[in-house]
Amino acid sequence: MSQQTDHLADKARRQFLTKATGVAAATVVAPGVFLHSVGNAAPREEPVNDSVRWGMLIDTSKCADGCNDCVAACDKENGLDQLIKPEGASEEQWDMQRPRWIRSVKLKNNLTGRVTTLPMMCQHCEHPPCVDVCPTGASFRRADGIVMVDRHTCIGCRYCMMACPYNARSFIHENVQLKPTATPRGKGCVESCNLCVHRLDNGLNTTACQEACDKGAIVFGDLRDPESAVSQALAKYPAVQIRADLKLNTGVRYTDV
Amino acid sequence: MKKIHYREWGIDSPRYWGLLAVLAAIVAIGGFATLFMEHEGHWVTGMTNQIVWGTPHVFAIFLIVAASGALNVASIGSVFGQKMYKPLARLSGLMAITLLVGGLIVLVLDLGQPSRLIVAMTTYNFKSIFAWNIYLYVGFIAIVAVYLFTMMERKANDYSKGVGVLAFVWRLALTTGTGSIFGFLVARQGYDAAIMAPMFIIMSFAYGLALYLLVLMFTFNTDSRPLGDKLIRRLKNLLGVFVAAIFYFTVVYHLTNLYGTENHAYEAFILRDGGVYTWTFWIGWVLLGMIAPMGILFHPALGMQRGAITIAALLVVLGGLSAIYVIVIGGQAFPMSMFPGYTVVESGYYDGVNGMARHYSPSLPEFLLGLGGFALALLVTFIGVRIMQFLPSSLSDDVTDPHHAS
Repeated sequence: MSQQTDHLADKARRQFLTKATGVAAATVVAPGVFLHSVGNAAPREEPVNDSVRWGMLIDTSKCADGCNDCVAACDKENGLDQLIKPEGASEEQWDMQRPRWIRSVKLKNNLTGRVTTLPMMCQHCEHPPCVDVCPTGASFRRADGIVMVDRHTCIGCRYCMMACPYNARSFIHENVQLKPTATPRGKGCVESCNLCVHRLDNGLNTTACQEACDKGAIVFGDLRDPESAVSQALAKYPAVQIRADLKLNTGVRYTDV
Repeated sequence: MKKIHYREWGIDSPRYWGLLAVLAAIVAIGGFATLFMEHEGHWVTGMTNQIVWGTPHVFAIFLIVAASGALNVASIGSVFGQKMYKPLARLSGLMAITLLVGGLIVLVLDLGQPSRLIVAMTTYNFKSIFAWNIYLYVGFIAIVAVYLFTMMERKANDYSKGVGVLAFVWRLALTTGTGSIFGFLVARQGYDAAIMAPMFIIMSFAYGLALYLLVLMFTFNTDSRPLGDKLIRRLKNLLGVFVAAIFYFTVVYHLTNLYGTENHAYEAFILRDGGVYTWTFWIGWVLLGMIAPMGILFHPALGMQRGAITIAALLVVLGGLSAIYVIVIGGQAFPMSMFPGYTVVESGYYDGVNGMARHYSPSLPEFLLGLGGFALALLVTFIGVRIMQFLPSSLSDDVTDPHHAS
């Protein structure tokens, strides 16, 4: 009798364990499968190649003093506005430690006194110093010209931030509560503008900052395509690279500086 | 020259364990500071997106540079054949390893993702001087360990010179690599100078020797081993010469910078207007770190006193930390020149508005982590000399000097 009870109990336990394992497996694996299928759903099925080089032209004459639209759009798109100031940090400290992918800079010409406003971000160099110095290769340049960070291999040494001539990179100093799907982030890694790569890889060809700029100061597109808006604009206006002396062949160019 | 005998450090047990306990406590405090920083994130430090390398890097770089310098004493004996230095070689090799380990621990624990050390050890970008340095550091520890073995195992003594030459060449490469971390940074005005590598090498000579002298005098003093005046005089004179060489490199570095107009603003920042960095440069690096120790070491009377020599060596260490602080933090605090011919009037992200320096105030946990690295290096050194035969039982003049007339 008791043997039979034991047998039944064993069977029930076995069934329970089987179900529990199934549920646990589904919980653990399903999101991965789901993400995977979403990833596959992207129109781009081939690896990126260098037939495209993404780039920008910033027409500073159209960049309005006091306007912050591109910065706000970038913050929203990449979840930078969802980061919370750590409890105990001062406002000033938080401002120096929070990540910032794009910023507005106002310049005065020392000779003429003329004032120019422009957005600064990662310049997506063809020969990026951040990629050169990264010990693990986490900082890399895609074939289509986008310079970005592989957050799985970034060890948080910050050498790329030392090397970047544009102060374009940010280190995540704090614990991150909300992690946007398009822009995963974690404490202790470096990140910077990636030209809204999640948009480009899903078939769009705009960036959040460009879309937000209703003055048309930001022209984005394929620098290799002579018909693209950015190539046309570059052919029309004289444009410069910031710190052209370093010969980095930046993907972001400026007029009127 | 008499035969050299080596003996374990004979300091009495209560003092030995007391010393270890103090050092272990400092290491533990450093460990807790690290846990705190890793748990909270780097926001609890003074580091920001503008000053990305802070106080831990100052300690780490100092220790790494000093480690290669500590090996010099052994090199002078086996590579350059100076007999007087031969008995000093074992401690020199031991300190080269312990100081490097202390420095590397600090460096690794300050990473944003220290748990990914395995990634750093398995995924390389060989264009990065950092990746090279991982090989240089690990190789250095291995080569010096073999070097120590050839010195301590009689049957391997014959190989000592060969391995010693390799270790010497390797240490030159290692410090070149450390200096080049800054030498290759084209973005920043204070770096990107080829002189960084040789300057770091000469700094390593002095900082390593200063720490070596301090440990040598302390260990010999505490268990009453004879330490001859002639030997100390040689070592202190050598330290003086090394400090003079740093002085020379410092002058050349700033003079070459002053020659080019593009560097004038940076020079004005470090030498005149940089506030804390200017003070650290003049008071720490120049006055306390070079002028004062040279004054003591070359003074006819003071230079003969052990107490004064100890102070001079401590000053060289302090000056070294100041020098690295000015290079690492001062170099970052000076705003990058992104728009030549323009003044930044406003910026959403600290681009040196009106030429203003970037702000950094070191935090306690950073300092404790750095101090922990120092304590760890000393802790391992003291355990090493206690359990193995690193220290000669006597370094009196009649032992070390073949021409000594007794």
